[in-house]
Amino acid sequence: MRNFLNFEQPIAELEGKIEELRHLGDDGEVNIADEIARLQTKADKLLRQAYSKLTPWQKVQVARHPQRPHFADYVAGLVTDYVPLAGDRAYADDKAIQGGIGRFNGRSVMVIGHEKGGDTQGRVKHNFGMARPEGYRKAMRLMDMADRFRLPVVTLVDTPGAYPGVGAEERGQAEAIARSIEKCLGLTVPIVSVVIGEGGSGGAIALAAADRVLMLEHSVYSVISPEGCASILWRSAENAQTAAEALRLTAADLAKLGVVDRVVGEPMGGAHRVPKEMIDALGAAVERELATLSELDVATLRRQRREKFLAMGRDAQI
Amino acid sequence: MNWIANFVRPRIKALVGQPDVPDNLWTKCSGCGQMMFHRDVDENHHVCQHCGHHMHLPVDKRLALLFDDGAYETIELPKVKVDPLKFRDHKRYTDRLKEAQSKTGRQDAIIVAHGRMGGSRTVIAAFDFKFMGGSMGMAVGEGLVAAARLAVMQQAPLIAIPASGGARMQEGILSLMQMPRTTVAVEEVKEAGLPFIVLLTDPTTGGVTASFAMLGDLHIAEPGAMIGFAGRRVIEQTVRETLPEGFQTSEYLLDHGMVDLVVKRSDLRETLIRVIDLLTHPGVPEMPDEPVDTKDESLAIPTPEENREAE
Ligand SMILES: [Zn+2]
Repeated sequence: MRNFLNFEQPIAELEGKIEELRHLGDDGEVNIADEIARLQTKADKLLRQAYSKLTPWQKVQVARHPQRPHFADYVAGLVTDYVPLAGDRAYADDKAIQGGIGRFNGRSVMVIGHEKGGDTQGRVKHNFGMARPEGYRKAMRLMDMADRFRLPVVTLVDTPGAYPGVGAEERGQAEAIARSIEKCLGLTVPIVSVVIGEGGSGGAIALAAADRVLMLEHSVYSVISPEGCASILWRSAENAQTAAEALRLTAADLAKLGVVDRVVGEPMGGAHRVPKEMIDALGAAVERELATLSELDVATLRRQRREKFLAMGRDAQI
Repeated sequence: MNWIANFVRPRIKALVGQPDVPDNLWTKCSGCGQMMFHRDVDENHHVCQHCGHHMHLPVDKRLALLFDDGAYETIELPKVKVDPLKFRDHKRYTDRLKEAQSKTGRQDAIIVAHGRMGGSRTVIAAFDFKFMGGSMGMAVGEGLVAAARLAVMQQAPLIAIPASGGARMQEGILSLMQMPRTTVAVEEVKEAGLPFIVLLTDPTTGGVTASFAMLGDLHIAEPGAMIGFAGRRVIEQTVRETLPEGFQTSEYLLDHGMVDLVVKRSDLRETLIRVIDLLTHPGVPEMPDEPVDTKDESLAIPTPEENREAE
């Protein structure tokens, strides 16, 4: 069963009709097949129209789509011999951040990312991808291991933000995020980050101070959620749509601003329509970046990473 | 306490006959509500004489309090692209900036100063909370980068003094990018072998706390300051329970291992000078007057021969 977003309703209706006709079908009436083909063309056209000019707010909806491929899907599709690793060795295992070693196109890699969970139960288990300090500390532990064994690091970012809770504050949410950023910046191995869904503020940058930052076409990345921004600056969460536009949180805008190095195209109708195609495209994009980065020596790699962030925003313009 | 505000102030107004002056003469403690003479507040560095509450200390006064003889120089902030996102909510961001600039007389929410503390060169990057809530955008990030470079150039320690609501939303993702940018800045100071000290003041939250402000060699906090990542309201809405007593205060952070010291404003200068001196002038061990006699049998290590004899 596909979940349709609000703006996809006309498409949903057409596809519903097509489905009904298919059930009716095959009683020798030729015009049913013709009708299906006609409706399908119409549905495809509507889909293309809708997705070729998604508003920032619509992109936010697509980025949060429950059926959008998650960390677990990308790992299953791209990484072989995957060994998940758990725990920060200090307090707990935070399931909002997953990570492990495995082979990506033959080479060992450390893959780390937020996991939002695929169903209701999963979402609760993974805390909707909102990590606590122990999540970032686990990520740091895995980055240290990657450094020690010279494994490139790939991070997949997909979080509404770091979890705002009492325990999280007590255990140093801010410190954990700060150290995680520092850890990314200090790595002696290449690190490639991909924003696969929602890049939510500090919780996202904690894993994304990378040599290359990629974004999927309909993912979003922002300093604050449009709802949060609207409730502060417009004093009403109902202005989220306006805030989404003002924040320039789309992949295209972020590429223009120089914050994102490359945008990875999504299948027509979004990653959730054809997950396999999306997963393969992400794999190819990451491979291209890793191949280039692996040619750099450690000193150059670290210097370029720092210089990239220092230069960021100096010439930014929309 | 309100009778003071309602009764004494009008009376002073009547006596002095200058309606504008009394507002400047009296200050109400934001901790205990007591009224104090402005002059006394000033002399006491904006700490309440009655309850010890640390009120907001204007950034110029803070710098004067910390540097030797109150003497320091500030550097010009690097120029940045103004309003890269062309952001507007009810107001244009450019208008908000202009308002903040005319209100504070500053370019942006950070001041980079250098001078001497205890005779040693020191660089301080201090936030002005009055400038758009001390929020961190490109200009603040560039200020911290400049402060770090100045510290390295002068071979001086860097003290960062945040007072900030966090990221500057009007600069969108570029404000978030100040987290890695300021992290690179303080790494440069640390790699040069220089101390990076953070003096956390009220309030320090959001992306400022979650970057350079939690990366100090030492974290010192003023009493009662609000320091945290997520805002109180956001947490309350999420957890739907009352927050613990003293949540996100300096003392709470001390209890939970996030700061080294909570230091009263009157002791700040001395404390900073001492820790910087200890870190940067390690000295040599002082020899006792009489050298230790290494031939003293009780201290001597037996030779292998002696060991054999003992057997
Ligand atoms: Zn008081």
